[in-house]
Amino acid sequence: MQAFTTLEGFAAPLDRANVDTDQIIPKQYLKSIKRTGFGDYLFDAWRFTDPGRMGMTPNERSLNREFVLNQPEYQGASVLLARDNFGCGSSREHAVWALQEYGFRAVIAPSFADIFFGNCFKNGVLPIALDAAIVDELFSQVADGLELCIDLAAQTVTVLGSEKVFEFTVDPALKQKMLSGMDDIDLTLAESALIEHFETGHRERQPWLFRD
Amino acid sequence: MAQTLYDKIWQAHYVGQRADGNSLLYIDLQLLHEVTSPQAFEGLQLARRPLWRVNANLATPDHNVPTTDRDKGFSGITDEIALEQVLTLDENCKKFGVEQFEINDPRQGIVHVVGPEQGATLPGMTIVCGDSHTSTHGALAALAQGIGTSEVEHVMATQCLVQNKAKNFAINVSGRLVPGVTAKDLVLAIIGLLGTAGATGHTIEYRGEAIRALSMEARMTLCNMAIEAGARAGLVAVDDTTIDYVAGRPLAPKGDQWDRAVAYWRTLVSDEDAVFDQTLDLDASQIAPQVTWGTSPEMVSGVDQQVPDPDAMSDAVQAESARLALDYMDLQPKQAITDIKLDRIFIGSCTNARIEDLRSAAAVIRGGHVADNIKQALVVPGSGLVKAQAEKEGLAQIFMDAGFEWRAAGCSMCLGMNPDQLGEGEHCASTSNRNFEGRQGYGGRTHLVSPAMAAAAAVAGHFVDVREFG
Repeated sequence: MQAFTTLEGFAAPLDRANVDTDQIIPKQYLKSIKRTGFGDYLFDAWRFTDPGRMGMTPNERSLNREFVLNQPEYQGASVLLARDNFGCGSSREHAVWALQEYGFRAVIAPSFADIFFGNCFKNGVLPIALDAAIVDELFSQVADGLELCIDLAAQTVTVLGSEKVFEFTVDPALKQKMLSGMDDIDLTLAESALIEHFETGHRERQPWLFRD
Repeated sequence: MAQTLYDKIWQAHYVGQRADGNSLLYIDLQLLHEVTSPQAFEGLQLARRPLWRVNANLATPDHNVPTTDRDKGFSGITDEIALEQVLTLDENCKKFGVEQFEINDPRQGIVHVVGPEQGATLPGMTIVCGDSHTSTHGALAALAQGIGTSEVEHVMATQCLVQNKAKNFAINVSGRLVPGVTAKDLVLAIIGLLGTAGATGHTIEYRGEAIRALSMEARMTLCNMAIEAGARAGLVAVDDTTIDYVAGRPLAPKGDQWDRAVAYWRTLVSDEDAVFDQTLDLDASQIAPQVTWGTSPEMVSGVDQQVPDPDAMSDAVQAESARLALDYMDLQPKQAITDIKLDRIFIGSCTNARIEDLRSAAAVIRGGHVADNIKQALVVPGSGLVKAQAEKEGLAQIFMDAGFEWRAAGCSMCLGMNPDQLGEGEHCASTSNRNFEGRQGYGGRTHLVSPAMAAAAAVAGHFVDVREFG
């Protein structure tokens, strides 16, 4: 996994609550058996005015010029500014893969849906929950160009060109994992003895759970 | 210390902490389907890792499978990319030795219908699947949750999930549902009260007289949509209904093992003085049949109500969301719900495609016929076995005589990954779980309802109050 330490970049706004993973990456693209190739279809039904198919490139599509991410000033943004309950709905990790491949390394919102939140940490994309009032403030500045510096170790979001620094909370164990970028499975397999010990006892206590 | 049901299952599966401080939870069963497993299998192979415990996995293709031409097997899948995905599941299961109910197996179906039906889902288990509606299995007092593909691979390789413990949320439902009102209406009403993020970070336990009175299948409907209130898992405590349901299922324990298991399962209830972090109390007898009018399951009203007016909403974000939703749905504020005209009907999905759902829909039809303005009315059973049972009971004939199309098992139009999709701008009365924009087809407009309400709407051509129908 790609580690996340610091990120300097500018923000793009998506001013809608309850953005679900069906919007982040629609179902027709979930037929792929790969982990890549989803960035072109991020927010597909909002970014384009035609229904797309797997394999189509953005050049073949009809762009929705009204959609915020298609505005020239937000090209190259690496932080997505969003509203409450971002990433709700389906468990599809393809949503995180699409955001990442499009270029987003962090999402700032007042709250996130649980499964999406967890999926972000598996991919080096940092979801940052800030108070709704702070998110409002950031939304009010984004049109003028909002450049941010995110420091995971310090747990801060700094608005560049101003004195503003916002602190955020993050689970210490998840933070450690993001900073190191270490493989999650390797970390767990290092505890194989612990798992085997548990499994032996579990089998004795509830043998009907084991069909082997 | 007094424990909730969730606390008990968590404790019984808590392995310990990793060196980096993350907690490990042991997983008893992983259900696999074609959409979220290929990248996980690929990851295992690239790292040359085996499955930790092969028999803890069970697979079936469901999302992509067509609901017609199933006698042709794989060659019935005309979409080449979908075919590759279904074939990849088949190859991976063979390569790794995972038991699969393949496309032509009579036991194939939607994973969340198949698990309980086969007795693969047992009380007290921890269950995961790369699908958010895994919460369904909580009806059997199993801690069941949807996970992402990285987690699927992690469970394959380690039999554990890296997870922090959630908080406890009690939803206490007193009274009884009135005739014509179902578990689907109850859960939609709950989501309407809580909002789609109301239970984020929590495990829900549905409790109270109304829940005890529900059948096992109705409890599955209820737990299925826990995720629509933001909770990864929903639970119902073990009682006689649970034990009776599991007894005799193919994969359920037998003989002495059964007696021992039942003795343990009886302890899978929250202690009387257990403390919940949050509670919601409601009276089942006050709930009307529900219909969603917007693009999130929380945007829901009783069928006897009107589409709300965003201008009358005090919360600015909520009002803006409602405006966007009404625009997408092409509905007017204060329009009567019963005035919403429909184009298609979908009875199916892991929420409502079990035999009781089909019985309930068929009972409403009673000699009626699908209205002229309905372009298509689909019934998609949740599994091959549900389909066979419905055919045996004569339900399939009732549907077909009424002008419904009787299809083979799969996820179908719930998410439109297979050819069963809504056309642009079409309104659908659907027994599925999500009314998100484009979910059932590009530009499609979904209204979530119970099977009985969908059947009544099919006959009337628009929404009607099933309590007064017929």
